[in-house]
Amino acid sequence: MFELRIHGRGGQGAVVASKILANAMFLEGKYVQSFPMFGVERRGAPVQAFLRADDKPIRIRCQVYTPNHIIVLDPTLINVVDVTKGLKKSGWIIINSSHDASDFKFKGYKVATIDANKIAVSLGLGSKTAPIVNTAILGAFSKITGLISIESILKSVSEEVPIKVQLNKQAVQEAYDQVRQ
Amino acid sequence: MKKVMMGNHAVSYGAALCRVQVIAAYPITPQTQIVEKLSEMCGSGFLKSNFIKVESEHSALAAVMGASAAGARAFTATSAQGLALMHEIIHWVAGARLPIVMVNVNRAMAPPWSVWTDQNDSLSQRDTGWMQIYCESNQEVIDTVILAYKIAEKVQMPCMVILDAFVLSHTSEIVDIPKQRNVDLYLPPYKPKMKLDINNPKAFGALVTPEYYMEFRYKMQKAMDKAIDVAASAHADFAKTFGRRYDVIEEYMTKDAETVIVTSGTITSTARVVIDELREKGEKIGLLKMRFFRPFPKEAVIKALTGKKKVIVLDRNISFGHHGIFFQEIKSVMYGKKDAPEISGVILGLGGRDVTPDVIKDAISEGKRNRTEDIVWIGVKK
Repeated sequence: MFELRIHGRGGQGAVVASKILANAMFLEGKYVQSFPMFGVERRGAPVQAFLRADDKPIRIRCQVYTPNHIIVLDPTLINVVDVTKGLKKSGWIIINSSHDASDFKFKGYKVATIDANKIAVSLGLGSKTAPIVNTAILGAFSKITGLISIESILKSVSEEVPIKVQLNKQAVQEAYDQVRQ
Repeated sequence: MKKVMMGNHAVSYGAALCRVQVIAAYPITPQTQIVEKLSEMCGSGFLKSNFIKVESEHSALAAVMGASAAGARAFTATSAQGLALMHEIIHWVAGARLPIVMVNVNRAMAPPWSVWTDQNDSLSQRDTGWMQIYCESNQEVIDTVILAYKIAEKVQMPCMVILDAFVLSHTSEIVDIPKQRNVDLYLPPYKPKMKLDINNPKAFGALVTPEYYMEFRYKMQKAMDKAIDVAASAHADFAKTFGRRYDVIEEYMTKDAETVIVTSGTITSTARVVIDELREKGEKIGLLKMRFFRPFPKEAVIKALTGKKKVIVLDRNISFGHHGIFFQEIKSVMYGKKDAPEISGVILGLGGRDVTPDVIKDAISEGKRNRTEDIVWIGVKK
């Protein structure tokens, strides 16, 4: 079974990202389960979303404690939340940041970065101060982990995102091309 | 058609497929996206139903009660304090024999405030005359809404379909949405024998003297007894039409089991993983899932548990001053039976405390050690 945890702040689209990715994996024939951290969400506060995927039906129904990979939508969370908690050895940490991957030091883990804010702002997704980065980060996830094709991500964005579908798809593609490790 | 959707939306699609004619809801916490989605469906014209916004949960159930009395297939959804506020009308609907289906998202009762799951809200409505069905997956949720109308309309009793907050309500997974054509075949339009009708005026709910009151209650009890048989045929028809089989209970690996754990809701799903693991280690253990709570499927439970050595009931609820509610019900049907097992109960997962495989393993080892009269709380900070 594959498990993913997404760290973000309320309003960045972490929960929708987990849903788009779950739907993309479903399109590739996987059984999926995605959910927000069980609780109440406030704009700007740290939030988490989770995803499970498997080749057989998923019966376990508790929160994810030992993810294979993590996504960090806001790098300032690294100082606030223990983002690598329970992360399995040699898992990927995919961070939305303008910095190089080598600027982040996480022992025993692999880091990739993508400036999803820049992509989102340039495409007019969200606002300059609160860009919606959830679609871009999935392009980076696809390229880095190889666990899901970009075609399935793009198809899932078409199905799951209610507005600015073309621009969101463009964000996925740009992040796919620009992600650094 | 298969689609990835959250439990709340599985409810909305289930209600829409049943072509509910009247929906009433109070759209504030602890309400969920169930009625939000339904209001969107009504707004877009996808669902031709009257959506009534009301000023409280008490009024929500009162509105669907009126609609049902006038012959409409009616629906509402609520949770926790909302359900508690409906309490008076919950009795009224059952006494008036109106086959309303209401979905309750299991959330813990306040205070202290909580939006997380446990079963004390719905189990507090145990003695009102509503059927209660607990679900463990989003597929079971959508299917059970359809089944609930089928059974309720046949026995003229209301039915509550129940799912765990967050663990199902906000969790997205694959749901095979039944075809509308098949649902229409399975569930024809609701045609009550008697209804409020301006062309044929009648009064409902008049005063009944002691001479007749007991007879009304006796008939409700008879209807509940009948509901077990009606459920069996509704489940069989459902399997024929939709290819998915349900029953009032489900036994998992119980055949040669010496120990059986009893679960309901989503704990069942995670417990299956634990049972498989313990089986691999050679332990003779199985699981009994309680899908129906009211009517209580006593014959099925007795059959499943007779001859077992030990039964451990996992309760995500507590009746203060006594113990877990499923535990007490299981004990009561096994009482005095030949070859009855030793039964013990554990309390776990209240207020949304996460129930992981390790928590279930703890519950099993604690439950094995304990006697019937002990009350064990798993993972509580003392």
